[in-house]
Amino acid sequence: MIRSTSLPLIVTLVTFVIAYALCASAYPAMLSSRVVANLLTDNAFLGIAAVGMTFVILSGGIDLSVGSVIAFTGVFLAVVLRDTSLHPLAAFALVLALTAGFGAAMGAVIHFLEMPAFIVTLAGMFLARGAAYVLSVDSVPITHEFCDWLQDIYWKAPSGGRFRLAGGVMVAVFLGAILVAHRTRFGQNVYAIGGGARTARLMGVPLARTTIGIYAISGGLSGLAGIVFALYTSAGYSLAAVGVELDAIAAVVIGGTLLTGGSGFVAGTFFGILIMGLIQTYIVFDGTLSSWWTKIVIGALLFTFILLQKGLTWATTIRRRPAAGSPTPS
Amino acid sequence: MTDPVRPVLQARGITKFFPGAIALADVDLTLMPGEVHALLGENGAGKSTLIKCLTGAYSRDGGTIRLDGRPIDPGSTEDSQRLGIGTVYQEVNLLPNLTVAENLFLGRQPRRWGLISRRRMAAEAEALLAGYGLKIDVREPLAAYSVAVQQVVAIARAAEMSGRVLILDEPTASLDAGEVELVFSVIRRLRARGLAIVFITHFLDQVFAICDRATVLRNGHVVGSRDLADATPRDIVHLMLGRQLETEMRLSHGGAAGPVLAEIEDLGRRGTLAPFSLSIREGEVIGLAGLLGAGRTETASLIFGAIQADQGRIRLGGRDLALRGPRDAIAAGIALCPEDRKADGIIGDLSVRENIILALQARQGWARPLSRGRAEEIAQGYLRALDIRAASLDMPIRLLSGGNQQKALLARWLATEPRLLILDEPTRGIDVGAHAEILHLIETLRAGGMALIVASSEMEELAAAASRVLVLRDRVQVAELEGRAITSENIVRAIADEEREVA
Repeated sequence: MIRSTSLPLIVTLVTFVIAYALCASAYPAMLSSRVVANLLTDNAFLGIAAVGMTFVILSGGIDLSVGSVIAFTGVFLAVVLRDTSLHPLAAFALVLALTAGFGAAMGAVIHFLEMPAFIVTLAGMFLARGAAYVLSVDSVPITHEFCDWLQDIYWKAPSGGRFRLAGGVMVAVFLGAILVAHRTRFGQNVYAIGGGARTARLMGVPLARTTIGIYAISGGLSGLAGIVFALYTSAGYSLAAVGVELDAIAAVVIGGTLLTGGSGFVAGTFFGILIMGLIQTYIVFDGTLSSWWTKIVIGALLFTFILLQKGLTWATTIRRRPAAGSPTPS
Repeated sequence: MTDPVRPVLQARGITKFFPGAIALADVDLTLMPGEVHALLGENGAGKSTLIKCLTGAYSRDGGTIRLDGRPIDPGSTEDSQRLGIGTVYQEVNLLPNLTVAENLFLGRQPRRWGLISRRRMAAEAEALLAGYGLKIDVREPLAAYSVAVQQVVAIARAAEMSGRVLILDEPTASLDAGEVELVFSVIRRLRARGLAIVFITHFLDQVFAICDRATVLRNGHVVGSRDLADATPRDIVHLMLGRQLETEMRLSHGGAAGPVLAEIEDLGRRGTLAPFSLSIREGEVIGLAGLLGAGRTETASLIFGAIQADQGRIRLGGRDLALRGPRDAIAAGIALCPEDRKADGIIGDLSVRENIILALQARQGWARPLSRGRAEEIAQGYLRALDIRAASLDMPIRLLSGGNQQKALLARWLATEPRLLILDEPTRGIDVGAHAEILHLIETLRAGGMALIVASSEMEELAAAASRVLVLRDRVQVAELEGRAITSENIVRAIADEEREVA
C-alpha cells in the first residue's frame, strides 16, 4: 500500500526513471555502466553535502555554509599537505574535526541564542570562505602519492565503467544516513523537531543536543565533501564550490523533503542528486545545448516539486479539516 | 468512595502569586484512585494555574503536594511525568508529521542492536491502542487522523508514560458529540485501571456524563467540591458564578426602542454555531449569555463577518448584507470590540492615537490618510468623552491599564460611527471603577439610539445593561429573556438547562 508520506519519494523515483528512459531513448549510450559510474563520481561531493543538508532541512533549518566549508576544506588540505609533513589521513581527520566542530558551533548558536539558522549559517558561510582566503588566495595543487593512490582506486565493471572511491563513499554515506534517520532515536528526534520544536520539547526531545548534532553532521559531511572534491580536482581553491549549498538544497527538495521540515527521506535526496546529474549528462551528450539549460531545467523541476508538495500537504490536511472556521483576515 | 482508599494525589494550600495579583489562594485538591475529577471555573478562575503548579510548569509559592502519601516537588513537566503525573492539553501536543506509532514511542522506542525496531514499535503501538478500543493503522502519520483520534493517542501516550494521575485540559473542546464519546470511552477504561483523572471542561453536560466529583474554582479560591451524584447542574453553575447573584442592579428598562435596525435570519455555520434569528431595534442592548465555549464569541464573529456564515442572512436598515469579511461589516456600519483585547484588539506598540483612528482609517482606505490634525481632534475628543487616562496620545497603548485600553478600543469603533456595535466581554480583566464606567457608556450609547450586542460571562452585567438576553448553550440558542425576566437567576437557570423541570 502506498502511504501518503512516501508519495514524494515515489514521485522522485518515477521522475528519475522517466528522465533516464527519455535520455536513454535519445542516446542509448547513456545506459552504459560508464555513464552510471561517472554520474556517481562527478556528483559524489554534492551528494555527500546534500545528505547533511537533508538532516538540516528535515529539522526545519537551513545550512548556507556548505559551499564555503567545502572550499575551506580543500584549501586547508592543500596547504597542510604542501607546508607540513602530515600524512593525508591525519589531515583528513583534522579537517573533519574542524568542520564538524564548526557546524556544532553554528548549531549551538542557533539553539542557545535562538537565532534563525538562515542568519547564523550565512555568517558561517562568510567566515569559512574568508578563512579559506586567509590560507591561500591562489589555487594550491594537491600532490601526494597517497592522494593519487586514493584517486586510482576503482572497481571496473565488466562493461567498462570505472566505479571510483568517491562514488562509493557517497553511497556509503547515504546508506549510513538512511539508518541514522530512520532507525535511531537521534534521527527520530530530527523529524520531531521538524514537526514542531516546541511540541518536540514537551515530548522530551533533547533540543540542544539534537540541534547541535544536526549542524555538526552537516558541517562534518561538508568537510567530507570537501575532501572528495579536493581529491577530485587535485587542488584546493578558495573560490571553488560557490553556491554548492543551493544545489544541495535543490537536490533535497527534488528528493521530496519538505522545506518546512519534518517530512522527507534521505533516499529521496540520492535520487534528487541523480536527477540533477542526469540533466547535466544529457546536456553533455547533446553537445549543442548551452550548459545554462541545466539551471533552467533544475529550476523548472524545483518549481514543479514545490507545487507538488503544496498539493500533497493540502490533500492530507483537507481530509480532516476542523469544523470551526478560522476568521478571515480583515 | 470509601474512606480506607488512600488518595493518589493530595494538594494542600497551593498558593501562587503573580506580579500584583494572587492567582491561587490556599487551594486544596484531593484525587482518589479510579476517580474522574472535574475542575471547573470561568476563565481566569485559576484552573490552568493550578494545573501548572501541579505539573511543575510553574513553581508554586506555597503549599504541599503529596503523591501516594509522599511529598513531591516537580520542577518541570518532565519531572512530574516521571513521577507519574501526565497532562494532555486542548491543542494536541503531538507531532502531526510523525506516524502514530512514532508519536506514542518518541524518546522510548524499542531497540534492537542499537537500532529502532520499527516492526516491534508498530506491533506494540497497535496493542497499546487496542487496549483503548482504537484500531487504526499506526504506520500512518498522525495528521491523517481526526482530532479525536489524535486526542486519544495523546491520552494513551500520557497514560503510558505517567500512570498515576492524568490531567486532561479541555480535551473535548474541539470535538463533536460522537468524538467526545470516543474520548469518554478511553477515560472510562483509564478510570477502571485506577488512574486518578482531572478533567477540565466548560461543558457541564460532559461533567455530569463522565465525572465523579467536581471542584469549583473562582478567583483563585476553591469555592466548593461536590460529589456529582448528588448535585444538580444548577448547583454547579451557582458555585461557578456565585458572587454575581448577590447583587442586582438595573440600569436600563428597555427604554423607548426605535424601529428595527437589523434582522438576522437563520444565520449559522456548520460546526460553529446552530442557525439563529434575531431582530435588533435601534436603542436596544441585546445580551449574549452562556458559559465559555457556548457560542457567544462565535455569534458576535458571525454577525461581524469575522467568521463566514454558511447559511442565513443579515438585513441592516432594510438592506441585505453580503459579508465576506470584517471590511464589509465595517463599511455597513457594524463594529466589533473583540474579547481578547491583547491578541485581537490593541496594537501594543502603536500610539494611543493611532490605535483610536485605526478602524476609521481602514474604512477610508490607506490611500486617503487622515490628517494629523483630524486624528488629533478625534483622539482628543474620545479621550475626554470616555475619560481615557493616558499621559499622552503618543504613548504606546500597551502601557495603559486594561480599563483604559478597553476604552481606547471602544473609541476606535465609536469613531467609525457604527449603527450596530458588538461588544464581546467588554469588562473582562478591568477594575471595578472602569467596569461601571463602561456599563454606563453602554447605556448612554443605547439612549442615543445605537443598537448594541453585548456578549458577557457576567450575569450581573447583562442583567444590568441588556434589554433582551439571548442564552446560548453548546453553540445553540436555547432561550430568550426579556424585560423583567432578565435576572441573574433566570439566566443561570437557562444556562444550567432546567427546561425539564420548567416544562
